[in-house]
Amino acid sequence: MKVFYHFGRYFILIKRAFGKPEKISIYIDRIFEEMNILGVGSLGIVAIISIFMGAVITIQSAFNFESPLIPLYAVGVAVRDSMILEFSPAIVSLILAGKVGSSIASEIGTMRVSEQIDALEIMGINSAGYLIFPKIIASVLFNPILVVFSMFLGILGGYVFGLMSGVVSDYEYIYGITYGFRPYNVMYALVKAGVFAFIIASVPAYHGYYTSGGALEVGRSSTKGVVYSSVLILAFDLILTQLLLV
Amino acid sequence: MIEIKNIFKSFSGRNVLNDISFTFETGKTNMIIGESGSGKTTLLKCMVGLNEIDSGQILYDGRSFTDLNFMEKKEVRKEIGMLFQGGALFDSKTVEENVTFPISMFTNMSESEKRDRANFCLQRVNLNNANKLYPSEISGGMKKRVAIARAIAVQPKYLFCDEPNSGLDPKTSIVIDNLIKEITEEYNITTVVITHDMNSVIEIGDNIMFIYKGNKHWEGSKHEILKTHDQEVCDFVYATKFMKDLKTKF
Repeated sequence: MKVFYHFGRYFILIKRAFGKPEKISIYIDRIFEEMNILGVGSLGIVAIISIFMGAVITIQSAFNFESPLIPLYAVGVAVRDSMILEFSPAIVSLILAGKVGSSIASEIGTMRVSEQIDALEIMGINSAGYLIFPKIIASVLFNPILVVFSMFLGILGGYVFGLMSGVVSDYEYIYGITYGFRPYNVMYALVKAGVFAFIIASVPAYHGYYTSGGALEVGRSSTKGVVYSSVLILAFDLILTQLLLV
Repeated sequence: MIEIKNIFKSFSGRNVLNDISFTFETGKTNMIIGESGSGKTTLLKCMVGLNEIDSGQILYDGRSFTDLNFMEKKEVRKEIGMLFQGGALFDSKTVEENVTFPISMFTNMSESEKRDRANFCLQRVNLNNANKLYPSEISGGMKKRVAIARAIAVQPKYLFCDEPNSGLDPKTSIVIDNLIKEITEEYNITTVVITHDMNSVIEIGDNIMFIYKGNKHWEGSKHEILKTHDQEVCDFVYATKFMKDLKTKF
């Protein structure tokens, strides 16, 4: 029964977050501010992980494609499809759920326990709208950019490390990444990125917003936010794959 | 003027406030005193709408706050300034940004007008050269002063202070108390102060309500509280050796 309680409270909070803003110009500034914190601030970690994942997929694929019946350009196909279909939208989102999610939950949780949210309410400001709405919008707008960035760097990483290790040639890799390319797969990845971004921003925000107690509870809220958003990302990954690909 | 009538509040079946009525006068420093856990902060949170009351009425200049809808309550809240126990300053904003924040939200002032207003409020609380500092870089007393500056930035009609001098040294406490008193009289606002500091009560209290175990036990002025023979009030007022000695002396 507690699940229904949390679902109900979550949807009420989201409805409040999407309520009429007190001053649109301030909310727009907040969205850009959050894009910088949540999005631009994540470029580094996304870049590092994507490059190395692309490289690892290239080397592992080349190692496994031992049969002479499988052409070596299949390495390029494997890297491209792994990055576009799953790694960039889902795994990057899981990593962001840890990095961004914990930051959102602890920021809002700290504001709750230090009465900053009460201060906003007393001023007549919709605290849910002011704190959560810009984070959701910034995340939904910027996550697809991070995903495309990850796709590009993953494939580039595979190319560079593939050539450096000599497991695949220049021609085979480039032929592989262009072979049978379906633009719809990118659209599918972007839809997933948008949905996951909503989860990454809203679920930890919910846990942070309803923190009660002190520093210990802020930590617990942060952990809960990351765990629940990660589980939801995996669940929605399955649902969206079933709906959009099958 | 704020009137509260027959306020009841309970948490999980435990009565925290029982039938509390009081009138908080405009231009006066109205104080709610009582032991820790007596229900002072709960009453304050009920008055500003952070906690819902079980029954009773809260009237802001005749407007029944409890009967207002969400949007109407927001309008009343725009007339409220509040000084929280810990200051509740926004950590990510500088002192100046904290003070300009409510101005930006509710007025169409230009950047320079906002800055001027913030500077005026900060100077009013005797805080100079701290505009660019963050809350983590200033002392507890300075935080309280910034919080007062933020509270008066949009010229509130009602000012609530939750233990304004907790955690402050006696000298800074008096500065904060006097500041609250001066602002109350200068802007003719209705001020409600929660405290358990008897120095504050004697220094600035005009109307005093003593809460004991969730009930309004006594009310009167700062002169009357020193002369009362009520056992619970006396136990609270003369709890320290210094106050006991003072009583026997005079």
